[in-house]
Amino acid sequence: MSAAEQSTQQKKFNMDTVANAAVTPDTELPWAELGLKQNEFDEVVKVLGRRPTAAELAMYSVMWSEHCSYKSSKNHLRQFGDKVSEEMKKDMLVGIGENAGVTNLGDGWAVTFKIESHNSPTMIEPYQGAATGIGGIVRDIISMGARPVAVMDPLRFGAIDHPDTARVIHGAVAGIGGYGNSLGLPNIGGEMVFDSVYQGNPLVNALAVGVMRHEDIRLANASGKGNKVVLFGARTGGDGIGGASILSSESFDDTKPSKRPAVQVGDPFAEKVLIECCLELFKGSLVEGIQDLGAAGISCATSELASNGDGGMEVELTSVLLRDPTLTPGEILMSESQERMMAVVSPENIEAFEATMDKWAVEYSWLGEVTDTGRLIIKWDGEVIVDVDPRTVAHDGPLYDRPYARPEWQDALQADTFKSSEAGANLPSTGAELKAALVELMASPNMCDKSWITNQYDRYVGGNTALASPDDAGVIRVDEKTGMGVALATDANGRYTFLDPYHGAQLALAEAYRNVATSGAVPMAVSDCLNFGSPEDSDVMWQLAEAIRGLSDACLVLGVPVTGGNVSLYNQTGSTPIHPTPVVAMLGKFDDVDRRTPSGWRADADGQALYLLGTTFDELDGSEFANIRGHLGGLPPKVDLAAEKTLGAILINASRDGMIDSAHDLSEGGLGAALGEMALRFGVGARVALDDLCERDGVDAFTALFSESQARAVVAVPRSEEVRFNDMATARQFPVVRLGVVDAASNSLEVQGQFDLDLNELREAHEATLPKYFG
Amino acid sequence: MPRIVVDVMPKPEILDPQGKAIVGALPRLGFTAFSQVRQGKRFELTVDGEVTEEILAQAREAAEKLLSNPVIEDVVNVEVVAD
Amino acid sequence: MSATELPLIGDYSTPAAALSGARIGVVTFPGTLDDRDAARAIRMAGAEAVSLWHGDADLSNVDAVVIPGGFSYGDYLRAGAIARFAPMMSKIVDAANSDAKLPVLGICNGFQILTESHLLPGSMIKNDHLKFLCRDQVLRVENNTTAWSNQYAQGEEITIVLKNQDGQYVADEKTLDALEAEGRVAFSYVGWNPNGSRRNIAGITNAAGNVVGLMPHPEHAVEAGFGPDHTGTDGLGFFTSVLTHLVGGQK
Repeated sequence: MSAAEQSTQQKKFNMDTVANAAVTPDTELPWAELGLKQNEFDEVVKVLGRRPTAAELAMYSVMWSEHCSYKSSKNHLRQFGDKVSEEMKKDMLVGIGENAGVTNLGDGWAVTFKIESHNSPTMIEPYQGAATGIGGIVRDIISMGARPVAVMDPLRFGAIDHPDTARVIHGAVAGIGGYGNSLGLPNIGGEMVFDSVYQGNPLVNALAVGVMRHEDIRLANASGKGNKVVLFGARTGGDGIGGASILSSESFDDTKPSKRPAVQVGDPFAEKVLIECCLELFKGSLVEGIQDLGAAGISCATSELASNGDGGMEVELTSVLLRDPTLTPGEILMSESQERMMAVVSPENIEAFEATMDKWAVEYSWLGEVTDTGRLIIKWDGEVIVDVDPRTVAHDGPLYDRPYARPEWQDALQADTFKSSEAGANLPSTGAELKAALVELMASPNMCDKSWITNQYDRYVGGNTALASPDDAGVIRVDEKTGMGVALATDANGRYTFLDPYHGAQLALAEAYRNVATSGAVPMAVSDCLNFGSPEDSDVMWQLAEAIRGLSDACLVLGVPVTGGNVSLYNQTGSTPIHPTPVVAMLGKFDDVDRRTPSGWRADADGQALYLLGTTFDELDGSEFANIRGHLGGLPPKVDLAAEKTLGAILINASRDGMIDSAHDLSEGGLGAALGEMALRFGVGARVALDDLCERDGVDAFTALFSESQARAVVAVPRSEEVRFNDMATARQFPVVRLGVVDAASNSLEVQGQFDLDLNELREAHEATLPKYFG
Repeated sequence: MPRIVVDVMPKPEILDPQGKAIVGALPRLGFTAFSQVRQGKRFELTVDGEVTEEILAQAREAAEKLLSNPVIEDVVNVEVVAD
Repeated sequence: MSATELPLIGDYSTPAAALSGARIGVVTFPGTLDDRDAARAIRMAGAEAVSLWHGDADLSNVDAVVIPGGFSYGDYLRAGAIARFAPMMSKIVDAANSDAKLPVLGICNGFQILTESHLLPGSMIKNDHLKFLCRDQVLRVENNTTAWSNQYAQGEEITIVLKNQDGQYVADEKTLDALEAEGRVAFSYVGWNPNGSRRNIAGITNAAGNVVGLMPHPEHAVEAGFGPDHTGTDGLGFFTSVLTHLVGGQK
């Protein structure tokens, strides 16, 4: 008898079968250790009409976890589906609920994109945690039938000078690069924020985007009695067992025994092969349904495929190829081993399916078939160990209406404005002070040059990258014949959202919308990653409820539907939650990416006129300037969605009609940072004056430079287009003021009457920060 | 089951950047006694059954041909380890 | 490929006869990433790109071969170490060494495969700074007589994309001296050595000039709007060079 056979025999001896469960109702089960609450366990017993077997318990516990079931947020998330106009549904081919939403691009093309969190795994093991975050989101895209074409990664770390930050950032950035670069996916943008609120809980969110023809769209469902169920890709090992339930349902409380699971280890080479292999399967129409294996592994894949299909499913668990032969059935069901897919294949395609697997040297095993019983039956060596209605596992998890209330401290926080605070005293006013402040701002951790990170990512592979970081949006060409393509931007401001969750979430959406429009693309769809603290804390729950309400209201006004996303809760260190951080990813469309607008002017733009679109208010609360002074209080900048829409339309039309050569949205750091970044983009100077702006908006030079008022952008307009451009802004009754001109000869940013800032000095300060801390 | 262990090291004259990084990190952790670190690779080839001379010779050949690159690496050890 | 199909890796041959009539193979290994880019560069230069699968042993009558970049077999043993033993590589090595002297260009991982195959001397180790690095890189054309560089001026400076983890070129001093003395350093890094390569070597050629390998990526610098700085097309010369070589050579 071989070791594997012995192991099977041994396990069979101890097997907790359904028949056994029926006759041993009083057996003690470790439901609490697996993260279930008493009421949830009672519900499982009620659903089954008996106690669950060990394997069923494993499935329910992991699928009913916060991470998989959205039990705390679902009641609120419904608003994304409810607040949708007919216009917003027009281009939505697949909405929330599938692995990722799908949006119509026209000409038979479709695009799918999604953003997801991988925060806890990254805290534990930064390299593998971040790497497998990329791996997981890319498999979501593949399982829709799409070829992945790019990734992005919004990152938030602790204080830049904290010793642990270096560990996390080195690992996370190398992991994202190590995995994404090996897949041949350009990394086209993201965010980088340092704030001590993320010290014990960094945020690593990962976005992937893929494209497909309409006929290639695949869904995760198992239909057609007699169709075969196959598991392919990497073997199943003990990776991240219970990760989904335990990681996301327990805070990392030092006083309790650690239940941190084994970290999943990624194999990007296996995933790259899996991508090509799946695309070949799609091309040959060899699969009826497909689902990637992520959180909750086989538990999730079998129950989702079966419940989304029209019948049931029966599988034999001993057929799963194992990396570790000692795994129990429950562990096999919960394993989060990476680079695995499950598919449903009709009998006539088996041969062709196997030939494709063999060509790419991908391992596979046939687990069972689709039935018409409506039940999900899982057997171990012929004995039934799971017999459930798959809907009860995948969709009918518990729902909580968690109590929430506006925190008692919120009023005091909002009353503590920057200018009324000690930190807001002695603001820069002379030219020399303003210049020093701008250099300090541009060198600050959140505003400094990010190429230390982005240079570790391949942004060229594929040959379709039309814009990438540091431009406002990443732009990828989809159709080489027509130049049609997509733009993507991700944004969030945890400080704004902390000050006012409803409007803070809207500001994230507004900025992402503005970034996409600034690049010249028409905003079309949203995916969001809601990173919050513990929903059992009524303050946090209020932040979450307000943010979702704000985001869904604003999506309706801007006409952009949410097509998918992810909620990540319990992000906190001890009892201290992170700032509420709703990261919004916006997708836009170009008819021709040749029309894209870069975020800075080149030397050949010499003499072009610089205009500021929008109105500047005295809005310094929550700003980067206040942040470097160590202050956080007051109210974030006002949201004006109508102005955002008009600004977007101006930027898109101006780009389409060739009226602007470069454009940059105003966000963190205000006008000062925008002008600095535009000048540094290609190292070309400019001369501007603030007098007209200050007079029109009634602000001083400091406020003009550092206020973070919304719905604003700086554009460079060729002289020949100035009249047309002004006419367009006037016709739309949108405020516009001429700031100055591009000056290719000067190599400096001159703010007339205030200061003349040498670009070399600015660049040195801007680029030195990350290398100084991270080598 | 017996295993054949193959150790591969970067050639002495080739800079080993990983070793260099490690030697730089050691003193920061208080380990000051080490002047040099070189990082190599260890392969374990599991054999079903007995390791004959012929199998050992195959392992040596595989070590030279596939497991190492003679331009930058040396095979420094091929030995049988019993469990 | 029909108009409605996505270009799948391993299947991107253009059906229409290309301008020059030349057929240039692009080899795909498991883990190859830049094969579609290389095929596009070949088409933009005016030739037909022919997909070559690593497991096949038929060169499909191609006139030249590009071994593109990526992480063949995950680079898990050493970059290029396993790909070298593919059936297709045996054919390529034989054809490159034959009297016909098949032109072969190895880019990044392809360069690593060529050194592992002993078509070119030396080897690549991890970058001296240990990080993956992606940037626009200036190179100097040190030898414009090879099959892959004859459209450049001697000493011309070009900007193409550099992106690698294991890009530090090493060889013993004798080999390095010989490479320099025989004019076999084809491309060198200008301004800044991005990975610690010996003597700033970015790419080398064999003595006959038909086999060239380099770490940076000319195929990412062939189309305005999608190359270095969104404007650069300096890499196209590699692919027009081989067409010129083929026209002036045995064809």
